[in-house]
Amino acid sequence: MSSPDATEPPSLYAAREPIFPRRVYGRFRSLKWWLMGLMLGIYYITPWIRWDRGPNMPDQAVLLDLAHRRFFFFMIEIWPHEFYFVAGLLVMAGLGLFLFTSAAGRVWCGYACPQTVWTDLFILVERWVEGDRNARIRLHRQKWNGEKVRKRAVKWTSWFLIAMATGGAWVFYFTDAPTLLGNLLTGQAGAVAYLTILILTATTFAFGGFAREQICIYACPWPRIQAAMMDEDTLTIAYRDWRGEPRGSLHKGKIPEGQGDCIDCMACVNVCPMGIDIRDGQQLACITCGLCIDACNDTMDKIGRPRDLIGYMALTDETAERGGDAPISVWKHVFRPRTMLYTVLWAGIGAGLIVALFLRSPIDVNVTPVRNPTFVTLSDGTIRNAYDVRLRNKQGADAVFTISVPFDSGMRAELEGLSGLSVTVNANETLSQRVYLNAPRGSQPASEDRTQVRMWFEELGTTNRVHHDTVFNGKDE
Amino acid sequence: MCAKKVTQKPEDVPTTGHIWDGIEELDNPMPRWWVWVFYATIVWGIGYSIAYPAWPMITKATPGLLGASTRADVVAEIKRFDDANATIKQALVDADLTTVSANPDLMSFAQNAGAAVFRTNCTTCHGSGANGIEGKGYPSLLDDDWLWGGDVENIYATIAHGIRNTTHPDARWSQMPAFGADEILERPQVAEVVEYVLQMSGQDHDATLAAAGEAVYLDNCAACHMEDGSGDVTQGAPNLADAIWLYGGSRDAVTYSVVNARFGVMPGWNDKLPEDEIRAVALYVHSRGGGQ
Repeated sequence: MSSPDATEPPSLYAAREPIFPRRVYGRFRSLKWWLMGLMLGIYYITPWIRWDRGPNMPDQAVLLDLAHRRFFFFMIEIWPHEFYFVAGLLVMAGLGLFLFTSAAGRVWCGYACPQTVWTDLFILVERWVEGDRNARIRLHRQKWNGEKVRKRAVKWTSWFLIAMATGGAWVFYFTDAPTLLGNLLTGQAGAVAYLTILILTATTFAFGGFAREQICIYACPWPRIQAAMMDEDTLTIAYRDWRGEPRGSLHKGKIPEGQGDCIDCMACVNVCPMGIDIRDGQQLACITCGLCIDACNDTMDKIGRPRDLIGYMALTDETAERGGDAPISVWKHVFRPRTMLYTVLWAGIGAGLIVALFLRSPIDVNVTPVRNPTFVTLSDGTIRNAYDVRLRNKQGADAVFTISVPFDSGMRAELEGLSGLSVTVNANETLSQRVYLNAPRGSQPASEDRTQVRMWFEELGTTNRVHHDTVFNGKDE
Repeated sequence: MCAKKVTQKPEDVPTTGHIWDGIEELDNPMPRWWVWVFYATIVWGIGYSIAYPAWPMITKATPGLLGASTRADVVAEIKRFDDANATIKQALVDADLTTVSANPDLMSFAQNAGAAVFRTNCTTCHGSGANGIEGKGYPSLLDDDWLWGGDVENIYATIAHGIRNTTHPDARWSQMPAFGADEILERPQVAEVVEYVLQMSGQDHDATLAAAGEAVYLDNCAACHMEDGSGDVTQGAPNLADAIWLYGGSRDAVTYSVVNARFGVMPGWNDKLPEDEIRAVALYVHSRGGGQ
């Protein structure tokens, strides 16, 4: 960075400062390894889980079948008109992030975000190929020679293979995985599949290998939104400067008189994947991954000082600790009106979705009254209203639907192009059928402006029965 | 966050000199990759304006080296659909109109194609809902009352050749005499026959005049409109005993029709539309609720 100079303007751009995170051992690092394995496992294995749904139905447990407009999730099948389930899940995801952020800060960023998980994986590969921090810095600085070319080639190839597997796994969610794999290998898959793999391979390779922390700092809106959700009870990672300062190096293996616990070993900075110094305080770039806690605890153990010079704490903890008050239980941070409210909202929407899921009928209808014109006069003076009806058969076998209106409504139903009142809807299909309601001349519905009417739809030979309330327009004379 | 712990301004970052409420605007340099992306967009922009139509000239824009044209794309797209539909269009032309409804694929195609043809050509007179204009002589196509026959073949013939036009030799043709204007009937006779027609269609009428009008009707009208007033689809004579009136069923409207007669014209379409489209729109009209 240039220094401020009245005569010389600052440079227009700054190069990225490369970051070489050091290997670290400890509680949070182990937790992150487990979570990484879990999440990568879920991502790669899910499309290959099979689930028997009977003949003519996909046997993939999780499938977003865009071509046929169906979403399968184990025993659940969602049709396009039930998209409110997806909307509900998105609302729940939003509220869940609110809840976790207000209670535990940026846990999503530190442990679960794909950018964090894949960057972690890429750094792991980097360490296997090129060695730990010091070896990597040396390699970075040295001139290009056979060793550097070989190591870089191996590293980039490994990254590329991981990136391709990532992009490759994504497309399996959208069509039958074994079939698609065969088609991909023999070059018969659709252009969309190859293009998606290409784009996701490129983004994974660039984001995980090179952009890394810059995605979090420059591209992601979440760090900025999260700042508005944190309060004084939110857990963040903090450095106990009242315990650590003034910092200074060890003298003959001991901390000199009048010096704090921080021996300025830079372990917390060296392990940080974001390249920041947590001792400067909470900052936008901190994803609260906890690796600096592990690094500092390791140092504290070695010099025989108490752990947690760097630790998870809320602002209220800090105030209490500085004032010499009793420490606040972590449960007090987590259970407070704000988090309770988020939990209640989250659980309420979840419960609503589950109830809605079990109340779904295997048959379903939409009735759209034809409004152009609102009614037709037949030659004998009968008033006729037309309705465009969409009949959905969400079952694995063909179904016969019978359409009727109550006998005392004074109307009679009639189907366009069919002689009876029954129509066959094929398995897992939607059928559009025009339905007419006829009210004889002089009858009440025929002479009144609007009459409420309930249309009934029954599946022949079953107890499936749904209704739809609609309106009959009469000739208001 | 505790104010004390917030990162202070790094010493070596210059400011723009702007301060609002004690907040200084830092003049941090941009990331280098961002600047590269910015330059790349400029290069891309120049390349794009050379490769694709971009710069407006006096009559049209520069064509671009790749020869891209959205108009040509549309033409190609239409041709693609036409080619894809060629087989089913031919099947529609070859099919017997009365049996198309038994073939779901062909019927579905005819319905969609017919709806498009109807929207483009027929809505001007018959309305976008196909319900015509009541009392103005544009018949509704949704009811069960047909002037020239409501089975699909008659509907097809009417659309292909039209009604009372002079351009199609096969056009439907008939003409009602202007009983009043041409002085075929006396004024009192017109009044009597009007009352009789009102009686036939179940409306309020003068019974005395209607009784006298029966004889006038049988002498002058029954040949086309039939003794019971049910009309005759072979000559486009409307049913006078039902609830549907092409030119209105009031005493005034019926009187006008008897005195001056009506002469509704419809163009024929077989010189404007291809055979498959006429067949499609005939099937579409037939399935609007009144088809026989």
